[in-house]
Amino acid sequence: MFKRKGKSNLILNYVILLLLVCLALGPILVLFFNSLKSFNDLGTNPIGLPRVVQIENYVNAWVQGEFATTLTNSLIYVVFTVAGVLVLGGMAAYSLARLDPPGDNLYLVYMLTLSTIPFWLYVIPLFIMWRSLGLLDTRAGLIIMYIAFNSPFAIFLLRSFLMSLSRDFEDAARVDGANEWQVMTRVVIPIMWPAFLTVGLVVGLGVWSEFQAALIFLQRDELMPVTTSYYNFTQRFGRDWSLTSAGAVMMIAPVLMLFLALQRQFVTGLTQGGIKL
Amino acid sequence: MNETDELQTTSPTAADGTTVTQHKRPWLHSRRFRRQIMPWLFIAPITLLHLVVVVGPSVVGMYYSLTEWSGIGKAEFVGLDNFRELFFEDRNFLLALRHNLMWLAFFLTVPFVMALAVATLLAQVRVGSMTIRTAFFIPYVLPSVVVASIWRMLLDPRLGFGAALEDWGIKGLAYPYLGDKNTALAAIAFVDNWHWWGFLMILFLTAMQSIPSDLYDAAKIDGANRWQEFLHVTLPGIRPTVFFMLMMTAIWSFLVFDYVWILTHGGPAGSSEMLATYLYKQAFQRFEAGYGAAIGITMSAIAGIMATIFVFFRRRGWDV
Repeated sequence: MFKRKGKSNLILNYVILLLLVCLALGPILVLFFNSLKSFNDLGTNPIGLPRVVQIENYVNAWVQGEFATTLTNSLIYVVFTVAGVLVLGGMAAYSLARLDPPGDNLYLVYMLTLSTIPFWLYVIPLFIMWRSLGLLDTRAGLIIMYIAFNSPFAIFLLRSFLMSLSRDFEDAARVDGANEWQVMTRVVIPIMWPAFLTVGLVVGLGVWSEFQAALIFLQRDELMPVTTSYYNFTQRFGRDWSLTSAGAVMMIAPVLMLFLALQRQFVTGLTQGGIKL
Repeated sequence: MNETDELQTTSPTAADGTTVTQHKRPWLHSRRFRRQIMPWLFIAPITLLHLVVVVGPSVVGMYYSLTEWSGIGKAEFVGLDNFRELFFEDRNFLLALRHNLMWLAFFLTVPFVMALAVATLLAQVRVGSMTIRTAFFIPYVLPSVVVASIWRMLLDPRLGFGAALEDWGIKGLAYPYLGDKNTALAAIAFVDNWHWWGFLMILFLTAMQSIPSDLYDAAKIDGANRWQEFLHVTLPGIRPTVFFMLMMTAIWSFLVFDYVWILTHGGPAGSSEMLATYLYKQAFQRFEAGYGAAIGITMSAIAGIMATIFVFFRRRGWDV
């Protein structure tokens, strides 16, 4: 499949692929260029390179978009959700893969079917319940929801990773007199870190980008993650594209750097997530 | 006597040893607990969370859909009235449903054709393959608010790509795509697809690479051309992935919210209203909790029916 195509054939492949690469990356470059332009420059030259680089846009966007607050909020949501998902999901995955609970197949079917329940089916009762529990418009309320949304994916991925590992180390630890808790914390967790990294990246990316739940469940500006806050920011400064573009670049820069650094883990995680859910 | 004495002094200490530990936590050491109950204690926390956040409210939502309720105070039970109103009186709802069906038609075709074609092209390429792959994947990791923000600029009639092309002599593409009720829905679909199709392509490419290469050799010996090769080797090889993604697309198409809400709020004049944006407006802006819940159930039911149809076809010998 790879070798026998002539070179002349491959030239056409490259031409089409490169055009589509331009379609994929061009708009992101435009965003970056626009983030550096002055207001007047943008008005006459909205697509091309900036004529004068105006780095103050970033300072202005940082201050007016309150990125110091919202990026911190997003980081809090990401860290706590990932930690919760890994601890609680990891415990469940460990049990399903190793402790053979009676009825585990039934539980997997339950998780598989219930993980497809659409957000819009339960959002209204959840909103009302969160309001009466005092969890509406709080960080904890949002984090609890995010952990629940992401738990099926985490359980399935961690479980299948564990099933692919041999039980020999654990059995050896048991022979040496370790109890189940010690087996889990001393033996299993250290060899699980690649799967933890994958789940952490996928869940973290999801929380960092999440919009609809944050839109519905948060009202206070000071609690908003960067997504809904940026959305409000673009509503307010709709025509000031250099400002909104600078804000967007600040939001995606950490994600892109992390993605380029840990590409393989991202891609495996996201494609497995796509297959599993 | 001596013997029995010895026996009596040794056996109580042995018995004592066990009773001491059993006194502390006898149940912790029972076989039944270790084998049957403890595993579930590991699973319980996350399951409880999932039950409280997802499953419980889903069940309660079914009751809400049978009531007329503002979300505060007492709910009035009205039976199936909300559903009657939805399907027989509410033209906005039917319009939204129609838009979701158009969305479904778009997303079942355009991204799949693009992804299959490009994955085939990319599978033959060696040099630069990883870089190209990365480039196609990047739009997928961007948050929806950023993607929407980028394309709001590019689709602008005065300052977007249309205006830029006009400067280079290509006329007629400067158009308010998001502001015209004839093009708004298509423009949003285009933007969402820009972010989505590269991911689909990577999924197909990964699946293609797990097809054994001797199948291609055999096809070559049989004199198959490239198209036949694609049709008889590649496509059957990646069919499970394609099928699964078609099914997921069918489900997601009825739940889409982000791009529509961020780009147009369902406008102009309801021309890009979707079930999810309509639900959001009913429940969280007009405080019709009962009516909103009825929309939520209807959306979920349609998505569920779609999934069932796919599973049914699969069983009926589509052989996937």
